[in-house]
Formats: sequence, C-alpha cells, structure tokens
Amino acid sequence: MTEADIIPTICNLLGPYNPEHKPLNADTDIPAELNIDSVGVLDFIMEVEDHFDIEIPMNVVSETRTVGDLARYVATQKNRV
Amino acid sequence: MVDLLEKHRGIADRFQRMLDMGVNALGVTNDQMISPTRAIVGNREIILAGTNNYMGITFEPSVIAAGQKALAEFGTGTTGSRIANGSFAMHKELEKSLAKFLGLKHCIVFTTGYQANLGMLSGLAGPKDTIYLDADSHSSIYDGCTLSGAKLVRFRHNDAADLDKRMARDDNTEGGKLVVLEGIYSMLGDRAPLADFVALKKKHDFQLLVDDAHSFGVLGPHGRGLGDEAGLEDGVDFVIGTFSKSVGAIGGFGAGNHPLFETLRYAMRPYMFTASSSPASIATSLAALEVLAKEPERRQRLWDNSKRLFDGFRALGLETGTDVVSPVVAVKMPDELTTIAKWNALFEAGVYVNMAVPPGTPNRLCLLRCSVSAAHTPEEIDRIITIFKDVVAA
Repeated sequence: MTEADIIPTICNLLGPYNPEHKPLNADTDIPAELNIDSVGVLDFIMEVEDHFDIEIPMNVVSETRTVGDLARYVATQKNRV
Repeated sequence: MVDLLEKHRGIADRFQRMLDMGVNALGVTNDQMISPTRAIVGNREIILAGTNNYMGITFEPSVIAAGQKALAEFGTGTTGSRIANGSFAMHKELEKSLAKFLGLKHCIVFTTGYQANLGMLSGLAGPKDTIYLDADSHSSIYDGCTLSGAKLVRFRHNDAADLDKRMARDDNTEGGKLVVLEGIYSMLGDRAPLADFVALKKKHDFQLLVDDAHSFGVLGPHGRGLGDEAGLEDGVDFVIGTFSKSVGAIGGFGAGNHPLFETLRYAMRPYMFTASSSPASIATSLAALEVLAKEPERRQRLWDNSKRLFDGFRALGLETGTDVVSPVVAVKMPDELTTIAKWNALFEAGVYVNMAVPPGTPNRLCLLRCSVSAAHTPEEIDRIITIFKDVVAA
C-alpha cells in the first residue's frame, strides 16, 4: 500500500470535517485549512485508525499536519512486517 | 518579528462576538455570595446552577470554623512545597482521613485537582508505557497524559469494546498500560460503565485509574465514587479526586493500595515543584470530609434535586446530555450563537449556568450545563425549570 493509494481514502474520511467542500490534496494542512479544532482532529484520527485498522498514537498527531504526512504514517504502519 | 500572541487572534474575535451579544459568560463576577446556591451579581440576586457545589458545603459553620482556626494557628500559607519545606501535620492528617474514607491504604494530596491529574498520570506512566484514555476525558487528563511522555491512545467514549479493539492493536510489550476513566463526565454528566472496563482486565494486562472529580462524595453508598457505586472498588487500582466540588475547598488527591504508592511523592513534578495547600484549604477539606461522612442525607438531597431538575427538563422536551439522572444536567443547544443568546436570557432571568462550547465539549456539542447542589431547595429547582421553560423551551 502506497501513500498515493491512501491519500484518496483520507480525503474521503475528511468529508464530514470539510463542510465547505474545500479541495483536498496531499499538501492540505488538516487543522489549519479545514479549521478543525483539536478535539475534531483527534476524532478524525480515530476514523483513520479504524478504517485502516492501525494505531495512530496521539503523540504522532501533532507531527502529522498534512494529508500527505498522515498518508505516509499510515503507509508505514500498514507495510510493517 | 512574529507576534507571539497573533496566533490567538481567532480566539479574541470569537470572544468579542460573545461580548457583543451581552454578558461575558466566561467571566461572571460574583460580588457577594449569599449561600451555596445564591450570589449577588451587580445588583441582582442570582440562583447558582453551575458551580459544581454538589454537597452545598461551602457555608457549613463547622467547616468555616475549622478554616478560621487553621488560619489563626498555622498562618496564611505554606510558602513552599512539601518536599522542600516539609509538611504541616494537617496535610498528613487529611491524607490519613481520606484514605480511611476511601477504604484505601495510601493517599497523596495535591494543591489543586488539576495538579492531581498532572501528577498522578505523569507519575504512574512514563515514556515506555501506554495510556488509554476515554475520548471525552477532561483537559487535565489530556495534559497529565501528555506530561507523562507515554504513548497515548484514545478510545471511543464509554466503549469498552472499542478499548478492547485498540488494545489488541498494540504491539508495545515492553511498557505498562494504564486505562483512564472518569466517574461522572463533566460536560454530559454520564458515567463510565465500570463493570465493562474491569472485565477487560481479564483479557488485557492493564492498571485502571478512575478520576472521581465529579463523583467523589456523590456516587456510591459511602460516597466514595464510581467504584463504590458499582461495587467494583477492587477492580480500580488508582483513584483521583478533587476538593473543589463536593468538598467545597480547593485541592486534589490521588489514592491507591499499591505498595510503592508513596514513592510517587518523589516522582511527580506537579507535586514536588509547587507550594503545598494552604492551612485553611487543608483544614476546610478535613472538616468537610467529616461532614460528608456523618451526613449521608446530603447525598440523598443531591440525588432528589438532580432527579427533580432532570425530570423537569425532560418534561419540557429539552434534550439532555445523558438519559440517566445525574447531578450534571446539560441541555443540548443547536449552535454556538443560540447558546450564547439563551445563556444571556437565562442570566437576565436570574439563573447562572455554564455555557459550554467546542472544543471544550465532546462531539462539538453546544451546551447549557447545570450542576445541582444538595443545598438547592425544591423551590429553587422549580424556579430553574420555570426559567428554562420561558427562555430555552419557548
């Protein structure tokens, strides 16, 4: 599974957090551009965890601002042996 | 130069929007306190229904006298931490008294409830450990978890099956695991289904901590909190509580039976590097604890009042935060502007409640949050219901 495979899924999962339907891509800064508050970001991350059946500790969340950052982390977790 | 405060511009704008609609709901000034449930604000008498004064103990004569005596005999402050300056005898007396009240072997008191969470969570867990915390946890739990340096995993609110799933994903075999729950959740007033979480201990190897900030004195036949109510105190490894609600003072505590519990005093920075509780705070907490133990009828009054308010709101068709009776009765509002407008109207009509908006609330809810007191009279509860009928349900 590559980052490119994961990005469209993350963008879909962001749907409920993007009421203004802003265009989303790998460079989208999730909290800043979508104006999601801190709790909202954590709720969204739970959706990503459950969709991919992986663990994304809260400690990682502050380092993953963009869709691309998050896709990279998901890919790393999914591709772990 | 980057202006450091510029990042808070959005908060300033949001705050100004609230001010433009009326009173500062986040900074009401009580000019005079008449009783646990009444205050003078400006030139008006207000019914207080948002102060977490669950036991209505703040004006108890024996408690006030104990505080005055401690002020006279021990002075205004301790002027340092217990590690640096030593303890006053009453610090140790309070810890002993609390441990007895809780039926636990060890207790450590903190200067505030917030610091109790910072201290206990950062003392119990470290960078090799994992903390599993309920998504609706209070900010002090989030902050304590962050301070610990542990891996932090959030599970869905009150959902033991979700915790089970997340624990199964964990591959950390090196460190310990701590699960953190709250007795009564502060915003919606619901409680953790403790039996479901205790049952998980048979499947996953973890220690369990319950923050009884809103449930100490309130839940259980002895008022010890959630474990007491559920009959599962043995399944709870650590308890945290505060003196700023049912005890009517200020301070906090952590307690447990672990043989190394006392070692935490030398491992918790929020305990070691702050001044200890003032003599008056300790003395009033001690005296209040005695009252709570001797007067269980206060708890019954609290629950009677809570049921009266809950049933009254439900009869008005208001949507409450939880479907069961709780001393926290939160009414859901459709959006922030409506919440501000209704809060102002309630205040104008003579009742103070808490205005709670995101991100301080779960699921981006906007709430008019009431907390009930044993000291509310039935007439005061009925007046609150009538005002909500005129202002919110209309």
